[in-house]
Amino acid sequence: MKRILIIAGHYGSGKTEYAVNLAVHAARTGSFGYKNTAVVDMDVVNPYFRSRERGGLLAGLGVKVYGSFYGGSVTAEIPELSAEVRAPLEDKDTFAIVDAGGNESGARILKQFAKYFTPEDAAMHIVVNASRPETRTVSGALRHIAAIESELGFRAEGLIGNTHLLRETTAADIQRGYGLCLAAGRAAGLPLVNICYPSGIVDGAGLAGIEAPLMPLDLYMRESWLDK
Amino acid sequence: MTDKVLMKGNEAFAETAIRAGCGYYFGYPITPQSEIPEYMARELDRRGGAFLQAESELGAVNMAYGAGAAGGSVFISSSSPGIALMQEGLSFLCCAGVPATVLNVSRCGPGIGGIQPGQADYFQATRGGGNGDYHVFVFAPDRLQEAVDLIYEAPLIADRYRNPVMILADGMLGQMMEPIVLPEQRPLIKPADIPAYKPWTVTGKADRGGKRNVVQSLYMQPEDLSRHVEEMYANYTRAEKELARYEADGLEGAEIVFVAFGTTARLCRETIELLGDRGVKAGLIRPVSLWPFPYRAFDEVGPDTKAVVSVELSMGQMMEDVKIGVNGRKPVRLIHRVGGLVPTSVEVMDEAIAILEGI
Repeated sequence: MKRILIIAGHYGSGKTEYAVNLAVHAARTGSFGYKNTAVVDMDVVNPYFRSRERGGLLAGLGVKVYGSFYGGSVTAEIPELSAEVRAPLEDKDTFAIVDAGGNESGARILKQFAKYFTPEDAAMHIVVNASRPETRTVSGALRHIAAIESELGFRAEGLIGNTHLLRETTAADIQRGYGLCLAAGRAAGLPLVNICYPSGIVDGAGLAGIEAPLMPLDLYMRESWLDK
Repeated sequence: MTDKVLMKGNEAFAETAIRAGCGYYFGYPITPQSEIPEYMARELDRRGGAFLQAESELGAVNMAYGAGAAGGSVFISSSSPGIALMQEGLSFLCCAGVPATVLNVSRCGPGIGGIQPGQADYFQATRGGGNGDYHVFVFAPDRLQEAVDLIYEAPLIADRYRNPVMILADGMLGQMMEPIVLPEQRPLIKPADIPAYKPWTVTGKADRGGKRNVVQSLYMQPEDLSRHVEEMYANYTRAEKELARYEADGLEGAEIVFVAFGTTARLCRETIELLGDRGVKAGLIRPVSLWPFPYRAFDEVGPDTKAVVSVELSMGQMMEDVKIGVNGRKPVRLIHRVGGLVPTSVEVMDEAIAILEGI
């Protein structure tokens, strides 16, 4: 695993949920061989549901979240990034998960850090959710992949399939999303890094035939009462 | 393939407004609803409508007044401080009988307040923040699908009563994502069809043999204004009978009945489950319309109920209506958070148990 992993993707594709899950997984399993795991929250687009809101959970696992100047004030709506975000990008001992904002506008924020995103150190994975209106088709997904790559000037190295309808997700949704990612991946020359499914909602038995690593996601970003 | 798509609240609201036939949107960005003008700017022109970014919310509501008077189906949206700026215009729209669909993705106040969710625009929405005797019809969805359904229905209600309809969605609804089914595209009314569909508008003088329609909120003669306000209130009396809506769950045998609207109602449902695990039966009244308020829902509160509790992200604004509905039959209490804080279901449970112990 390269030291810096950029999680980019379409607005609302589930980048943050994936980033938080990956950070939890990394922290529990040795940070892919690095000393530490960090999350760099570069989402200055969304006012709510940002990875910095899960700073407490991640801190408990030894994962530091970088992002805002304003530290504990996670609800401030100020499109700024702390200079601190450079620390995990520069630290050779830290596995840094960069949670980008949505679409190419989210990727634009990352450009100022382009010097850290060398092919040796950094990889970009693009999250694709086939339940989102704009990425329900292969051509829609390819358009977004191309727009993000073009904006950042950096090629993606893989796709993350994250098709879901929250607690209404079925195995058929995952299978459909897998098919779309497979086709988009072939067209773009990108491998499937993970196919995600919501843990405890979709039965693994329905996911037979998926020839890519399967990753169960806990819904950390979704409060349980929202589904009452 | 499922018909459901996963959408963010603000995207779903904007798309639904277009599908509801609202061809004219005027707005100004404000968190947590800026995705709506962004979406409209991208979509509306190419779908046969028109988007205009106003210089302020005051400009937006007055553009809606003008376009609505000309017979356009208008949609405007903002968040709490922006909706505050629109209050004068809403009073004008009501007085002039101009329909419009208005969306408030509310945040916490007062003043600039904060950008986290709030429900403290309850008085502003239901009592009217502008001058004079008028009401805006207010509906408060608790989930995205209901918000979609209400926004789709809103222009029909607005046209039927010739009065603005407000959808009050808190910031949580605007920002959250949920699977939804979008409604079919309703045709946008062509200008040539306006005189037939809305004969009162200023459009279509030629069709009326040169006769001008006047859409106004100025009445210089006291007798004329008095007659007009009485007519408005005859319309509101009809609306009170026809539009009051609510959902009631588990009232029979409930020791405690929560009253909550919007996302707070969803929180209460989890609290009700937690209380059930402790052997305390709790029910929920969820007003769907806030004006007219569904006072008759409280007739269903039974003899076992020891307290009716208004759960709000405000300092007891809805509790005033709850008290009118309960009409002295039961103690009415408040569980609240402000400032953008949202309580956990466990916190609401603990406060509910304390209320029951104190009665």
